[in-house]
Formats: sequence, structure tokens, C-alpha cells
Amino acid sequence: MKRLLAVGAVVLTTAALAWAGSDAQPKASGAPKPVITKAVKGEQCVEPTDFMRRNHMRLLSHQRDETVIEGVRTKKYSLKECINCHASETTGSVAAAKDDFCVSCHSYAAVKIDCFDCHSTKPQGSAAMHPLNAETAHYKHKLAAQAASKVSAEEMAGVAQ
Amino acid sequence: MSELKPMSNPAPASPERRRFVGAATAAAGLAIAPGVLLIEVAHGRPEDQAASNAVRWGLLVDATKCATGCNDCVTACSTENGWTPVAESAHARQAPQWIRKLELQDPLTQMETNLPMMCQHCAEPPCVDVCPTGASFKRADGIVLVNRHTCIGCRYCMMACPYKARSLVHEPLNDTQKPDVPRGIGCVESCTLCVQKVDRGDGNTACAEACTAAGHNALLFGDMNDPESEISKRLRELPTKQVRADLNLNLGVRYHGI
Amino acid sequence: MASITFREVEGSSLKYWLLFGFLGLFVLFGALAWNTMHHHGHVITGMDNQIVWGLPHVFAVFLIVAASGALNVASIASVFNKPMYKPLAPLSAILALALMLGGLLVLVLDLGRSDRLIVAMTHFNFKSMFTWNVFLYSGFFGLVGVYLWTMLDRSVKTYSKAAGTAAFIWRLVLTTGTGSLFGFLVARELYGTAMLAPMFIIMSFAYGLAIYLMVLAAAYAWTGRPLGDAVMMRLKSLLAVFVAAVLYFVVVQHMTSLYFTKFHAVEAFILRDGGIFTTLFWVGQIVIGCVVPLVILLSSLGKQRTWIMIACALIILGGIVQMYVTIIGAQAYPLDMFPGLIEKSSFFDGEVHSYTPSLPELFLGLGGVAIALLVTVFAIKVLRLLPASLDDATVAKLEH
Repeated sequence: MKRLLAVGAVVLTTAALAWAGSDAQPKASGAPKPVITKAVKGEQCVEPTDFMRRNHMRLLSHQRDETVIEGVRTKKYSLKECINCHASETTGSVAAAKDDFCVSCHSYAAVKIDCFDCHSTKPQGSAAMHPLNAETAHYKHKLAAQAASKVSAEEMAGVAQ
Repeated sequence: MSELKPMSNPAPASPERRRFVGAATAAAGLAIAPGVLLIEVAHGRPEDQAASNAVRWGLLVDATKCATGCNDCVTACSTENGWTPVAESAHARQAPQWIRKLELQDPLTQMETNLPMMCQHCAEPPCVDVCPTGASFKRADGIVLVNRHTCIGCRYCMMACPYKARSLVHEPLNDTQKPDVPRGIGCVESCTLCVQKVDRGDGNTACAEACTAAGHNALLFGDMNDPESEISKRLRELPTKQVRADLNLNLGVRYHGI
Repeated sequence: MASITFREVEGSSLKYWLLFGFLGLFVLFGALAWNTMHHHGHVITGMDNQIVWGLPHVFAVFLIVAASGALNVASIASVFNKPMYKPLAPLSAILALALMLGGLLVLVLDLGRSDRLIVAMTHFNFKSMFTWNVFLYSGFFGLVGVYLWTMLDRSVKTYSKAAGTAAFIWRLVLTTGTGSLFGFLVARELYGTAMLAPMFIIMSFAYGLAIYLMVLAAAYAWTGRPLGDAVMMRLKSLLAVFVAAVLYFVVVQHMTSLYFTKFHAVEAFILRDGGIFTTLFWVGQIVIGCVVPLVILLSSLGKQRTWIMIACALIILGGIVQMYVTIIGAQAYPLDMFPGLIEKSSFFDGEVHSYTPSLPELFLGLGGVAIALLVTVFAIKVLRLLPASLDDATVAKLEH
């Protein structure tokens, strides 16, 4: 009886592993890649893109304590400035639709964003509703040239590490 | 999430108009530069500089000038800080109120008094004492704030506040916040003395601006540590009281005519 | 001294699993209630910006207070060296842990941001009574856990008295802390007094023992183990003393307040004009929670086990009502910012605040009770906590 059970267990485990293995492969490559749209404003982020991908949360967290507790309001690493540049042209927000800048990566990496329970996801003033206002209209030709770029799986894997 | 909707007043300032306004402002600035610059130096703070305890922001409320039925300070606060006016709230009983008009009446003499009530920005705030995580704190320049990054929504500060100045956000705000004024579900909030305006160098709060605009002049904002500031001068002359002075909390909001 | 045999309960009967499932169902309801509250926010509760602590706090504080009280039987055994109480000690310790767990869960799941519990564990403000309580509660788990270990493991039995004493002192400090959560509030008329700390301690004695007695009697009746009158009579007399002491403290507190003119209005609110709160105070807290149980326990009725159980149930009910009056009644009475003046505003200044508990709040609270009982029911199945027999002959041998 015992031996029979053991054999059964082995067979079942092998089958399960085989099934899981066959499933795992296509799933990894099939997951939808995050859509990373180029910022509406500006050529370059406040730090190199590679650095920002891995460390934006540290910069934001540090800035947030300085701003809230001490009242330091420098713009360089402020969330408001992130939103000002990265708000989507269509939704005017960084987190309203699933392809918007913050949400797109965060849902891919399965990291919950806690910012937007409290923070507005849209830029200040008229820019919130009109992503290209008088100030930013001259960026339009750039935007036309830059289609939304997809990030390669290798790049994302690098970030995850 | 809400979709993008065109704003009700879509006309964005054209570059020409902007340039004109800018030039006009500059010209006007030159004309009255000496006076303006002095005020700017007194109130503006470079954005990389932390708030300093050399300053203590405060409000003087002149209840004798506060008009019955006028709600302008409350409306201005709600507009500036993005909280829904009580009348428009779907859940009025649970709606946050950063500032409210209080009507007082002496049952014996029938004398009536009107005044706005909000966070009194105590020097010794009970809400800061009781906060388990230190989310409720007093900034160096005397403004009592809630750090929403560490607020867990325990509501102990609301139990401790003698002025009922604080509210809990009872429901999701669904991205209706102002970019300058983050606030959100499950966290406690109250009057911030328009900290975003103070840091920008406006040197005034939305409520005081509205009161002045309405011609009542019942609210005066300023630095109580600066003996030359308007508020300090007025405080020297006018007899003022602190609400529940028996608690000895050394309030940042002083009332005349109560 | 005769030795006592401890044995796990069998826990394989249909009745056991029915009880287990019944309690589990309430735990599930509690979890669903939390999920609903967390999803919609506190807008679906009866709480608002006037009544900021509602029914969940009533249950949470009651359970936490009762938890420290439930440890009393063990303390009498080890700290005060009463051999008769020794066999009763393990159940006392596990009940204390279980009630504390239930109470804390309700407390943290009612937070506006219950998902940020980690913040409460990593950011501390040491001037806050709440912060002190975080340490007091964690320490309670640790110390009572060690104490339980010394009782269950023969190899560390010699440390039992030391661990028991430490746990006893800790629980006194802990209830002082719980009482001071309210005692250290300057703004509310009904709080802000040192009386609350000792009053909470004596209340914990009464509530904890009442729960202990009910659990003990139920466990022995349902497992068919003998439980003699010697144990029951001793514990019920002790319970009567505790309840009388609670009544004494409540009377002294209100008498003191009645003497000061500035407290007249708030005393009138609780004692005479407060509507539901006045009714709850007199009928619930005083009559049901104190007077009737005292009459039962001290009269000849107290010799019958059924009546002792009724008295215990009434004390527990009265205790929950007392927490309701203490926590919600004090908030319902308007803050007096301008003494002597009539206040009116859109924020309900100057008026008595109303509160109607919502279903999710009730089920969250009941979920805490259920989890406490579920833990106890499970623990007596897997650990040797209950003596195989507590009949009079066995107990009598202990005393000599």
C-alpha cells in the first residue's frame, strides 16, 4: 500500500512539474511589456535614465521627507516635477490609464504605488487638462517623432535586479 | 479613473498675452520695487532652505469684524486646498472641514459673536503629543501639519484636539486633489495655514485673502516673531484671547472680541 | 502536594468541529467586514469627524482589558502561591493571549490606513500613550508566552514563578497604559483623570475572570470532565469582590465629578439627560453589569452553576456597555470651547453627536471575539492546558 502511494506521488509530481514547465516558458515572454512613453517636456531626466529606473523611489522618498517636514521645496527630485514632465498626452495623468507612465511599469513589476491615494496624478494648472499648453506647445514636433517605445525584456530584467 | 475632460474655461493665455502681462508686471514692479522687495525679503524663502523657527506664522481673528452669514473664508479654503464644501458633499456628516464658521451666543445677554474656527497651531499641540507614529508634527515655523506618509489613521489626534480642528478623509478622493495639496483616504487632515502658499512666498493664507477681498478685514496672517510685522503690531494694540487659554497651549491663532 | 494530570481535549467530536466552524464563520464575517471598510473607507461606518472611535474600539478595548484580567488566575497561582489555582493557570495564560490577539486585531483593522501597520511598528513617538501601548502589547505576548512555556515544559518549570511575576507586573502596567490612552486626553471632560488607570485595572479583573469562568465551565461541561464546586465557589466569590470594586470606582469617579461645577453639564449628560447613553449607563453598566451580578453571586442563587454563568454573562455584557459609555458617550458630548456660550456651526459644534453603529463595525468587533475563542478552542486541543479532572477531591489534595 505504502509503495503504491509513493509511486503515485512521484508520478503526480512529475506530471505537475512538466505541466508547470511547459506553461512557464510562453508566459514569461508573453507578458505585456510596459509602455514607456517619452516625457512630454525636456530631453533628459534629472538623472540618467538607467539610474532613474532603479532609484527613483529613493530620490522621491528622501525628497518627500525634506519637503513635508522641513519645508524644502526644491524641484529637482519632486514628485510634482515628475508628473509635470511625464503626464500622458492623452490622459493628462501619470496614473489614470494602464499605459500611463507610472502605472505601466509598476503593474508590470507588480509593485503597488501608494503615491496617488493622496497625490494628484496630474500637473499643476492648465497643463493638467491641456498637456500641451502655450509653454509646452513647441515640444509637439518632438513628440510626433517619438513613438511610444517598448522596453525590451532584458532591460526590465535588469531593473528588477 | 476619470477621463480627460476639457476644463470649463479652456482659453489658455496666448503667448502674446502672457508676454504683455509679464512686461506690465515688471514695469509695475519697478515702480513700487522698494516696498515690494522688502516684503518679498521678509516672507519669501529660497526653495532649498528649510523652514526656520525664527519665524512663527499666526493668524489674528477680529471677531468684531467677522460678518454674520459670510462664509468667504471657508469657501476660499476649500477652493485653495481642494476639499469639497460641506453643502456639496455626498456624505455631509463625514465630510472634512478645515475651517468652519462658528456662531456663538450668550444665553444671558443675547450677545452674538461670529468667528472662524480652525486648527489653532498650538506651540504645544496635544495632537503631536499623542500621535503614535510622529505623523502629526509641528514645523519649525509653527505650522502644525500631518505627514500623510506616516499617518495610519488611528484618529487619536482627533480625540486629543480641544478645538475639533481635525477631520478624517472617510472616502476615496479619486484624483480630485490639487497638485499642491496632497490629501487622501484614511488619513487625518486639518488647516495647514496654506503651507503651500507660505512656501511659495505668498505671505498670506487663502482665508485671509478672501476676508480682505470681501472688505471685512477680520483675518490677518503674518509672522508673530517679527516685531515689525503687521500682525505683531496689531497684536500689541488689540486685546486678544486664546480659545481655551486654560490649557496653556500657546496658540498661533489669536481672537479679538470674544 | 498531589500532582495534577493535564490532558488535551480530544477535539474530534462533531460538536467540537461545529463549534470550531461556528467561530470560524464569525472570523470570516469579520474579515469580510474589514475588507468592505478598507475598500470603501470609513464612510460606510457610523463613525464621523465627531465620533471618531466607534464600535470596533469598544470591542477592541474591552478585549484588551479582559485579556490582562484573564491572566489573573495564573497570577494568583504563581505570584501569590495559592496551590489551588495552579491547575487553573495554563488556561488562564492562553485565554489572556487569545483575547489580546482578538482585541489587537480589531484595533489595527479599524485604522484608516490598516495597510500601513508596518509604519506603526517602525515610526515611534515616545510621548504618545499609543506608542507605549505598542510595546506593552508586544511585551505581553512575549512574557505570557514564556510564562506559558514554563508551565508546560518540565525542564524550565523552576522559572515559572519568575516568569509569572514578570507577567503579572507587566499586565498591571499594560492596563494602566490602556486606561491612560483615555486618561491622557486633555480635551475631553470625561477623560483626563488618573482615575481611569486604576479603574481599568479593576475592571480588567472583573471582565477577565468572568470570561475565564465561562470558558472553564464550558470546556469542562462539553468534554465531560469533572469540575467540582470547590473551584467554582472560590472563583465566584473572587468575582463578586471584583465587581463590587468596579462599582466602587465608578461611584467615586462620578461623585468627584459631580462636586465640580465645571463638570456638572457632562455629568448631567451621562447620568440624566443623555438619552441612550444615560439608559446604557444605568441599565447596562450599573444594573446589568454590577448590581444584578452582585445580587446573584452573593445570594443563595450563587450556589447554582447556571446562575453563576448568568452572572458572568451579565458582567461581560455590562463590561461592553461600560466601554460603549466610556468611549462613545464621552465623544458624543460636545467639546466646550467657549464655556457659558451657545455654539452653533456646520461641524455640529455645541450639539450632542449621534452615532449609529453599522453592520461592518459590529462584525469586525465580533470577529475579534470569535478569533479569541477560536484560538482558545484550538489551543486546548493541541496543548495540555486543562487538568483531566478538577473534582473536589483532586482540588482538596492540592491544598495540603
